[in-house]
Amino acid sequence: MSLKSPLGSALGLGSANSGTEHWWAQRLSAVALVPLALWFAVSLLGLPGLDYYTVSAWAAAPLHAILLALLVVALVYHSALGTQVVAEDYIHTPGSRIVVLALLRLAHIALAAAGIFSVFLIATRAGA
Amino acid sequence: MSQPSRPLSPHLQVYRWQVSNTLSILHRMTGVALSVGAVALVSWLLALAAGQSSFQQINGLFGSLVGQMLLLGWSFAFFYHLCNGIRHLAWDVDRGFDKHFARKSGLVVVGVAVLLTLAFWGVALTGGAA
Repeated sequence: MSLKSPLGSALGLGSANSGTEHWWAQRLSAVALVPLALWFAVSLLGLPGLDYYTVSAWAAAPLHAILLALLVVALVYHSALGTQVVAEDYIHTPGSRIVVLALLRLAHIALAAAGIFSVFLIATRAGA
Repeated sequence: MSQPSRPLSPHLQVYRWQVSNTLSILHRMTGVALSVGAVALVSWLLALAAGQSSFQQINGLFGSLVGQMLLLGWSFAFFYHLCNGIRHLAWDVDRGFDKHFARKSGLVVVGVAVLLTLAFWGVALTGGAA
């Protein structure tokens, strides 16, 4: 017999008022990061140089630009989820916890926007 | 109800330091370090988008002694977090969770992460892959 209220059973949420979404999103972004991050590391090693023209030309190629944008999204998402758990674990004062969680979330959104827009600029400028 | 003065579990003062908990803490620390590294990566992309002079500036920062030390740290953090993350994903599908195997796989992860870091910098500094 379940001790949950009918509404609680319907929502399927635990005592923390959330389900498995966070856990699952962390795993999904982790799995995405394995090939994306390795691709980035190997690509950097494969470049003949790290000067402006070499890196711009490489990053502006459509496939590379898309993969870079995906890397930024997966990395920032994974980082947002991970640092959230760290803050939840170590900050015990409710007030400062909410402030830190909010700042972390906003900072990650800004980081993702900056990264994606940069990749877009690099990709579009190279053709001009 | 008053707080009973029973010992907490795990009682940290008597908890024996082990491979498993050390690597677990290291996973978290490298994760936080890599979050800072994500800021560095996005800054690098921003500089590349902004143009040649800003890209040269940020490459100068990364090329300095402090910059190189940071990149060395981030590269190890990356390879460790990657390898140990795969170990965690294996646990999630109920593989390798046996106590003795998990200890061994932890040591393997550290070894592989060190080797990958050395290989990465070996190739980067000698320009071997280009």
